[in-house]
Amino acid sequence: MILTVTHRTLYRYDAPVRGVVQSHRLTPAAFEGQRPRDWRVTVTGGVTGGGFRDGAGDWVQGYTVQGPVSEIEVLVEGVIETADTAGVLRGHREAVAPPVYLRKTAATRADNALRALAEKAQTGTQDPLDQAHRLMAAVADAIDYRPGQTDAGTSAAEALARGAGVCQDHAHAMIACARSLGLPARYVSGYLMAGEDEGPHEAAHAWAEIWIEGLSAWVGFDAANRCCPNAQYIRLGSGFDARDAAPIRGTARGTGEERLDVTVAIAAVQQ
Amino acid sequence: MYEDGQVRPPYARLEHWTRAMPAELRHLKQAEAEALFRRIGITFAVYGEGGDPDRLIPFDMFPRVFTQAEWLRLERGIKQRARALNAFLVDVYGRGEIVRAGRIPAHLVYRNAAYEKAVVGFVPPRGVYSHIVGVDLVRTGPDQFYVLEDNCRTPSGVSYMLENREIMMRMFPALFRENPILPVDRYPELLRRTLASVAPAKCDRDPTVAILTPGHYNSAYYEHSFLADMMGVELVEGQDLFVEGEFVWMRTTEGPRKVDVIYRRIDDAFLDPLCFRPDSALGVPGLMDVYRSGGVTIASAPGAGVADDKAIYTYVPEMVRFYLGEAPILENVPTWQCARADELKHVLENLHELVVKEVHGSGGYGMLVGPCSTKAQIAAFRAKIEANPGNYIAQPTLALSTCPTFVEEGIAPRHVDLRPYCLMGERVELVPGGLTRVALTEGSLVVNSSQGGGVKDTWVLAE
Amino acid sequence: MLSRTADNLYWIARYIERAETMARLLQVGERISLVPHVGGGGFRNEWDSLLQASGTADGFARKYGEAVQRNIESYVFFDHDNPSSIASCVAQARENARIVRTALTAQVWDALNTAFQELRQLERTERSELDILALAEWTTNKTAMIKGAIDTTLLRNDGWDFLHLGYNLERADNTARLMDVKYYVLLPQLDLVGTGYDNYQWITLLRALSVLRAFRWAYGGEVTARKIADFLILNGQCPRSLITCACSMVTHLDRLAEGYARPTGAQALARRIHADLAGMTPDTIFDEGLHEFLGRFVRDVAALARLVHEDYLSGDVR
Repeated sequence: MILTVTHRTLYRYDAPVRGVVQSHRLTPAAFEGQRPRDWRVTVTGGVTGGGFRDGAGDWVQGYTVQGPVSEIEVLVEGVIETADTAGVLRGHREAVAPPVYLRKTAATRADNALRALAEKAQTGTQDPLDQAHRLMAAVADAIDYRPGQTDAGTSAAEALARGAGVCQDHAHAMIACARSLGLPARYVSGYLMAGEDEGPHEAAHAWAEIWIEGLSAWVGFDAANRCCPNAQYIRLGSGFDARDAAPIRGTARGTGEERLDVTVAIAAVQQ
Repeated sequence: MYEDGQVRPPYARLEHWTRAMPAELRHLKQAEAEALFRRIGITFAVYGEGGDPDRLIPFDMFPRVFTQAEWLRLERGIKQRARALNAFLVDVYGRGEIVRAGRIPAHLVYRNAAYEKAVVGFVPPRGVYSHIVGVDLVRTGPDQFYVLEDNCRTPSGVSYMLENREIMMRMFPALFRENPILPVDRYPELLRRTLASVAPAKCDRDPTVAILTPGHYNSAYYEHSFLADMMGVELVEGQDLFVEGEFVWMRTTEGPRKVDVIYRRIDDAFLDPLCFRPDSALGVPGLMDVYRSGGVTIASAPGAGVADDKAIYTYVPEMVRFYLGEAPILENVPTWQCARADELKHVLENLHELVVKEVHGSGGYGMLVGPCSTKAQIAAFRAKIEANPGNYIAQPTLALSTCPTFVEEGIAPRHVDLRPYCLMGERVELVPGGLTRVALTEGSLVVNSSQGGGVKDTWVLAE
Repeated sequence: MLSRTADNLYWIARYIERAETMARLLQVGERISLVPHVGGGGFRNEWDSLLQASGTADGFARKYGEAVQRNIESYVFFDHDNPSSIASCVAQARENARIVRTALTAQVWDALNTAFQELRQLERTERSELDILALAEWTTNKTAMIKGAIDTTLLRNDGWDFLHLGYNLERADNTARLMDVKYYVLLPQLDLVGTGYDNYQWITLLRALSVLRAFRWAYGGEVTARKIADFLILNGQCPRSLITCACSMVTHLDRLAEGYARPTGAQALARRIHADLAGMTPDTIFDEGLHEFLGRFVRDVAALARLVHEDYLSGDVR
């Protein structure tokens, strides 16, 4: 599949700020499931900073904008070729040892309810891949897709208690459960081209990856959609949790209040 | 000091000195020394206590003495250890051969809180993660030294090593004329050279070095400003630095000035709010991107802390064998990992004669000294260990050597440890000396300044 | 140098100068209280105008209400709630100095640190054992020692310039404000009135600036409003006159501009302020209106302080 992406993030400050520093994970890596053909990130007034491929295989690019400035647009435009690998991440070059992803973070700490959910999914099977699939179903059952119930700071435990959330909450819950079972797990941020008859999921998307020792590979699980990532998914980067995997991390120097506008459009190119 | 009832040779020369010093003169000198310290401003703020924020660390005028032969052996051992620790760091942020070879358990490394995912795959200039390795040693016999712990992040106290010497030279010049005491005052210049030698490849001129301090409220601020002054480099706070383009810049009255090497005295977690703790106001947003793309060197490198963890400590002799193919010159104190069931059992059965420490603790806090504790204290500590065994290690109480120390009644033996500072850059260097800390309370084994320990000048004799 | 270091140096000087001004106000206030009250409210009015001159009248009123001399003395000398009290100024100056220890000589640090340590001793002393005049004198002695140490031991580098900018900006501001509080007694028509009371007010003003003897030597004869205005604004011999401060600011900003090979807005403004003063006579000042002139000058100095901050101290210099 060939997908085009237009991802626009507009930062507006009610008072001009003295400068902005950002760290981007907006350039997809190449592996069996995806191959960028043409990819461009532009930042209005931005000076390109240091760029490097990090240990997890994601391209990280710094940007700085010198103030005073009251509006910054980060525009991602790209064309990428994708393939369905049944969620298995193959051919992705990375150096981080999987056990590193057993670390707990505030957003992914497992409370008793999450541990119980994980235990239930585990019963009856010794196969980690099987466990992960059951876990996905269990998380999808336990947390309804309902936007507006949670926010960026909601933890996995809170989302489960609420029984509702968005893809970030599903991913956090998956990760918390998997780690409690001793399976390394991580948060993936990316894009999803949703089909017409599918749910109203946003094109900026997130899911979980779980390390399956038997396959020697990371496998993606999207509990929000009860499936493994396929050719409709574009993978941008990973981390311990949503904050660690954020496509844009940034900070402004100044007192101006920040307002954010994000639009993402994904389309399949006719062939 | 004593050996078979005899004064050990290096101390023999000092016998005369102390005999010739009556109590009044000694008190006078002690007061003079304190006045000098206060005047210079070497003070130490104690965390979590009210009271005088400008407290002095007690200074004991009786020096600790090493012969050259003793020192040479120590020096070889410390350098060996520093090299192994750095080899370990490069390895575990790379392919992790030592883990693959099964010589260190994977979880101790990869699940360690000090292991930084953000620097995996990055090799700092010259392959050095820890540029200043402070090795804490105790002596238990004429030729027996044990390493208590390694400090790979930002070992403090070197300003005391230098100032203690300055003050001794000022107060007792005759001692220095009569004894061939090797100088330590090259340290700041060696440190500057070490830091300059690890400037990033992108630096195409004489590197600009700066010391990054958490600020003037920090207990070690004096040391930060002292080192900056002695090295002739700027002492900066996070707010003085900013990232633009591919580099880090210093805010000066003449405009931005590029910084090539940052000797940071703040913890990893505070370095860059974009990468680590988002609420940190001490760091520099974007610093890690510049670092990882080779625009600046951070010393010690973020992630270096995984090597000086108390659980990793057990494996340092293994590192020496694995990376250097040598036999370790310095010994580790036998250590029981409470994380292991069999060792935990031993620890719990013998708490009254062990020292138990938190794996990530420092400053002498959160530890149990069995022989000096009450039954109630031991019971309380036992509960803490049982609740979270992985958080504790235990060691035997060693027959620590003592050093003559001035006390109210005259001279008495007190327990001491030693922290030399090994520099790693283009070369591995060690000045002949270190910081001797002394437990001023009779029988006490805790030398930390935060718990009433004092300091001494440390001599290495040239012959 | 680091912008923050320059900022610390600049504020050391501003706080020391402010402490000195406060000490002089205490001396004057004490003296006023020793003469019989004239008219309604006498010394209360005087204290009030002194508090106003130092910009601390509101803070005092909030904390104490009525102006009672003992309270005023406490407020001006010891009160850490008053950011301009002598205790606050000395503590702030010393803290700024501690941060930039390495940019100072041992002598400057010693002078500052000793003042701070002695102050802590004074704070522990029973208030009834302390004489306010002795405290004021202690302050002026300490500030003189600090300045002496700065002038005799410090390297004449950019740090020295920032210290002097701090001193002169603060001093220019203080002199102008002090005059402004008293501007109405300097109106020329009062020359004709020549009452003993007004004359006393003028003398108080000169005393507050510690220039009474200097004034007598420089001018002699009758004390007139014109002479006082000339002395405090336009006479380059007077150490606290506006033109002396302006001249010094030009000198130090010129040195910085030359040293950094970069002219700045601050330098241009300082030159304009100085040129303005140089082109004036007491008559042109009184024609403009003394109050109006002083208001304009205080605003100019504030603008200059802002430019110094932007051009050197903020760290946003490109």
